[in-house]
Amino acid sequence: MLALRRMAPALWLGPAIALIGVVVLWPVVVMVQSSFQQIGGEGFVAGYNGTTNYRNLFHEPDFVSVLLRTVVWVVVVVALTVLISLGLAQLFNQKFPGRQVTRWALIIPWAASVMMTALIFKWALDPNVGVINVILHHIGVVKHLGSDQADWLGNPTSALAWMMAVAIFVSLPFTTYAILSGLQGIPGDVYEAAAIDGATSWRSYLAVTLPLLRPAILVAALINVINVFNSFPIIWEMTRGGPGYETSTSTIYMIDLKQGDVGQAAAMSVFNFMLVIVIVVVYLGTTRWKEQVG
Amino acid sequence: MITTTKPAAPLGARRRTTGRPALRSRRPLRTWVITVAAYVIAAIFLVPYLEMLIMALRPNNELGLATILPKHWTFSNFTTLWSSGLGGSIGTSLEIAAGATVIVLLVALPAAYCTARRRFRGRGAFLLLVLSTQMFQPAAMLVGIQREFTNFGLPPTLSLIIVNAGFNLAFAVWILNAFFSSIPAELEEAAMVDGLGRVGALTRITLPLAAPGIVTALIFTFIAAWNEFLVALTLSLGQSPSQQPLTVAINNYIGEYSVDWGHLFAAGLVATVPVIILFAVIERRVVSGLTAGAVK
Repeated sequence: MLALRRMAPALWLGPAIALIGVVVLWPVVVMVQSSFQQIGGEGFVAGYNGTTNYRNLFHEPDFVSVLLRTVVWVVVVVALTVLISLGLAQLFNQKFPGRQVTRWALIIPWAASVMMTALIFKWALDPNVGVINVILHHIGVVKHLGSDQADWLGNPTSALAWMMAVAIFVSLPFTTYAILSGLQGIPGDVYEAAAIDGATSWRSYLAVTLPLLRPAILVAALINVINVFNSFPIIWEMTRGGPGYETSTSTIYMIDLKQGDVGQAAAMSVFNFMLVIVIVVVYLGTTRWKEQVG
Repeated sequence: MITTTKPAAPLGARRRTTGRPALRSRRPLRTWVITVAAYVIAAIFLVPYLEMLIMALRPNNELGLATILPKHWTFSNFTTLWSSGLGGSIGTSLEIAAGATVIVLLVALPAAYCTARRRFRGRGAFLLLVLSTQMFQPAAMLVGIQREFTNFGLPPTLSLIIVNAGFNLAFAVWILNAFFSSIPAELEEAAMVDGLGRVGALTRITLPLAAPGIVTALIFTFIAAWNEFLVALTLSLGQSPSQQPLTVAINNYIGEYSVDWGHLFAAGLVATVPVIILFAVIERRVVSGLTAGAVK
């Protein structure tokens, strides 16, 4: 009977462990194995080739620039997302008529497929007839429709800026909601105490609200870092990582490698995978996660 | 490190504790500014999707016109949508989303209940395992997923059901764990003393009380599987368009030389509007499911 009771959790958790094993753990094993194999674009395995895939990967002329771009992509998108979300959360935490309606608008980019949002912006940035360009033309920012200036996605710098904007746009709802739920956890008497001490609203925000929001911000930022690092639909739909690899992040680069050399794509995946682990561990360490959040 | 948590209170339920209501009534201008700002921002979030509607209602012969609004409006994109097999894709996406949701609930309910009610060796390790799956997204291990499921030789729809279930399990386990933990065990014991039995206590007391959590997990998984694009694109490659999931089928409107924007956005609306409405139902509880694991 006692043995049976001890076995019981295994029965309750068994299906979950099996599902995680099949969908999450086993692919990692296959991925690591593939990274040491020579595999063509069609998936035919020609045999083990040691560390060739890794050496080829590190010698790719675009490898370093893709990694640097990935860092910029993640840092800029997450930092701006958190910053804007702090403001939005403050706003939507106020009481005003129709607040629920405005919150429903806020969740749309979160509920909709990111792929659809990316396609809307790809269309809106069309150099000839895209609605953003038409509006910019009306107000005189874009001189001629169809010109190079209107071809935002054809120029790597402006393409990256627009794609970052889209990535921020789709990350804002979750981040704002996470901070909103953090705001609700702050008891009102904390503010009363600050007000009695004569703190202005801005001072009390910096000295009282922000430190108390730290756990919510840290969690939201971490989840965003993982999401933004792995983000695929935005860049893939808007530029396919081009021209060349000039707007590729490491996720897009890996998917592009997969078309021709699965083995090397597996090596890139393993590298990305390690990178995520390193980023998360460093993040947990530098933010003193256990004291702040856990 | 891993403890239990209460489900988050609905946003706004405790708003009086965070604002300063006494001041607000004396400052009507402030309320005005806040209201206007909030509506402007709400409009910014809505406008891209409104553009999707405008484009879907624009006649094809006006696609080349540089105007914000079309001169004429037409529903023809919606009526001609179905001849390209979109109905089949909607069916495929429904199968995948419903299948993944059923599996997630069947698998997550016992796991969440057990970890909420009992303390046993390996409990922390299990919750950590669940959390780590939230860290590793399909994009990071696409090569492994593709090779594994191609070798299995399963039909793509079934593979996509399993993959989507696996990657949404964490959310369901966390939010259900939070709900079960918030229901006192004494309530179940009392029901059992009253003669309901263990099964009766579970189905008549615990599950109804956890219903908001179950609905949230259900809708969240359904939406995530419905919207999933990368794995769907990879595993349904080479399938006939009507058997591909909706997200992939929508991408088929992008040809090599031209894009069928009218149909693309009409199909996009069909794919998007239902999930926005569903999401509005669970809006207030989603955050706790996404962050509970990291916080605890």
